[in-house]
Amino acid sequence: MGLLLKDGLVVDPAQDLEAVCDLLIAGGRISRLAPAGTIPAEGHQVQDCRGLVICPGFIDMHVHLREPGQEYKETIATGGRAAAAGGFTAVACMPNTQPVNDTAAVTRFILEQADRAKQVRVYPVAAVSQGSQGKILAEYGELKAAGAVALSDDGRPVANAQLMRRALEYAHTFGLLVISHAEDLDLAGNGVMHEGLVSVQMGLRGIPAAAETVAVFRDCELARLTGARLHIAHVSTAGAVEVIRWAKVRGAPVTAETAPHYFSLTDEAVRGFNTNAKMNPPLRPAADVAAIKQGLGDGTLDCIATDHAPHSVLEKEVEFDQAANGIIGLETAVGLSLKLVQEGVLTLRQMVASLSTHPARILGVGGGTLQEGQPADITVLDPNRPWTVDVEQFQSKSRNSPFHGWQLPGRAVMTLVAGEIRYRHNT
Amino acid sequence: MQTVEAQGLRFRRKDLLGLADLSRAEIQAILNTAVSFQEIATRSIKKVPTLRGKTVITLFYEPSTRTRTSFEIAAKRLSADTVNLTVAASSAVKGETLIDTAKNLEAMAPDIIIIRHACSGAPHLLASRLHSSVVNAGDGLHEHPTQGLLDLLTVWEAKGRLDGLKIAIIGDIAHSRVARSNIHGFRTMGSRVVVAGPQTMLPPYLAELGMEVTYSLAEAVADADVIMMLRLQLERQGQMFFSTLREYSRFFGLNTEHLKLAKPDALVMHPGPLNRGVEIAPEVADGLQSAILRQVTNGVAVRMAVLYLLSGGEASGTAA
Ligand SMILES: [Zn+2]
Repeated sequence: MGLLLKDGLVVDPAQDLEAVCDLLIAGGRISRLAPAGTIPAEGHQVQDCRGLVICPGFIDMHVHLREPGQEYKETIATGGRAAAAGGFTAVACMPNTQPVNDTAAVTRFILEQADRAKQVRVYPVAAVSQGSQGKILAEYGELKAAGAVALSDDGRPVANAQLMRRALEYAHTFGLLVISHAEDLDLAGNGVMHEGLVSVQMGLRGIPAAAETVAVFRDCELARLTGARLHIAHVSTAGAVEVIRWAKVRGAPVTAETAPHYFSLTDEAVRGFNTNAKMNPPLRPAADVAAIKQGLGDGTLDCIATDHAPHSVLEKEVEFDQAANGIIGLETAVGLSLKLVQEGVLTLRQMVASLSTHPARILGVGGGTLQEGQPADITVLDPNRPWTVDVEQFQSKSRNSPFHGWQLPGRAVMTLVAGEIRYRHNT
Repeated sequence: MQTVEAQGLRFRRKDLLGLADLSRAEIQAILNTAVSFQEIATRSIKKVPTLRGKTVITLFYEPSTRTRTSFEIAAKRLSADTVNLTVAASSAVKGETLIDTAKNLEAMAPDIIIIRHACSGAPHLLASRLHSSVVNAGDGLHEHPTQGLLDLLTVWEAKGRLDGLKIAIIGDIAHSRVARSNIHGFRTMGSRVVVAGPQTMLPPYLAELGMEVTYSLAEAVADADVIMMLRLQLERQGQMFFSTLREYSRFFGLNTEHLKLAKPDALVMHPGPLNRGVEIAPEVADGLQSAILRQVTNGVAVRMAVLYLLSGGEASGTAA
């Protein structure tokens, strides 16, 4: 007996498909995908999907699950539950744990914990440099063999351009992607928010947009020099979008992501010293937000990834200067992305490509399509089910979201991983 | 000094966190009240029973003898009980959180907590959690509202008005909470504010905030009614903000030659402590146009007014 998703709007950019279809899941795989009414229902459990959108499972290629080391903020199990509840069937977790994921042993531990949690697929991203210290390359071959899908010193950007060059070349040797948190640390200084009108008024030290833009330019040029694949994480500035567009035109093997907060909030959100508006890169002014939306719309920015960064009140209910960077995003990303669709910034198909097709292709992890025979990783959306964000309802262990109280137009209502229902929204 | 109508001069706030939040009428209410308290300093017994039975705590996370002393004298002249707590920055890092410290203090039922902290917004964090009134005695690079108020009082007293005056503020605007409070205060009261310094010390967007910006001390000082020199924090030299003290004092320090460019009765001000010979020449600091010690005297009157108004006192309707 299979599970038949009936009469849903199937949106699968990989197959250039956007049509009302029936989709049959059996043995953990997509066994048939056919026009509505053409798959006999006999012998199957039927799920009426009229008015819903059936998408290849969403993949969040930038999360922090905090395990090992900071389990009081999040664990692979709670982060996995948050992912499923937010409509994600897979996440790629960054290596800035304690210890740093710079060895095969830590990578294997993460995969074992993910197996035990039985929530969503977890793809470990390992460190570029040992301990993310920016000095010696990590063991990329070993890490890849253990299951790492990419490399990044996220949060501790590679300051040395020569090391970045060698990292790209060495990663290319093993067919691994390098994900760059692009930030010039000297320019960023001890800034705690975007350098602009708001920072000047609030007396908070600023991080200029140039701190991101110059680093993006450096890394794009190194990708062109080496031919190695590079992915720019959490793009937040108009300048960075422009540089990535420029590099892509010149054939650089570069892709990029942005996060929902960079297209949903401006640096005005910091007013009142709101520590849930503190992140790195920082929230930018309206002109940058407009450029991010444009970059998503014209494909310069390939993906939407959350940079889900759980922190407890210990790190957030403190002075702004001392508060930790980052916000949780797994359970609001789909709603905020649907808002972009509602505003006409993205088509539904572009949104699905940003959340599924592109991250799957960039990480090289499979999924990202609903072709027959593929594992049944599926996200079912109700684009017209308005809801109010309430952090107390979150599956994540942490509550650090600036979107509490926001009204969002729709949500994921069902998340399936290998045909298993990992989340179902009850009305 | 001009007369101000009693009507509409109300100050009804729980906290004083910054001058950016205050209306012209609110600032005027504080200044009027401060004027009525100035006289107390001239009495042989400098004490009134106004705040008898009230408890005022000063909570200082940065050392500052002068500001703390000024607040303490202000509270004592109003007969409040005062407790001073100085928290070394090093122990605060390892010790309890700001919120926990504040809640512990509040459990002892103080009426007003005066806080100085190296982090911008720390007083706001306290104010949002506490029932007691919170006074910002300087937060990070953000604001130092009582300094701004005492500067306004000093200028008002000397010039009889604030409207239409040219105020030149010179030095490290970027790192100065005094500058921010003064910019808000003087602009709200109708003065024209010109800032000058090397570009390294002038934050962006000052023009958008209504300031005139120049890199030339002479240009800023020309025809000014008030010249306010900011203290140069000497450690900025190692942080790439300027080259040498010698060069800084030559281009951005106030000397008698520059002073001649200003109006003949221009007032020279400085929030202290002075770096004599760096941002201000000794003969200017001690000269006839200097209001530096008057600023200190007025600091007590302004802080008395703030404590009094936050405790529910009525603003004075008229000024002398
Ligand atoms: Zn990052």
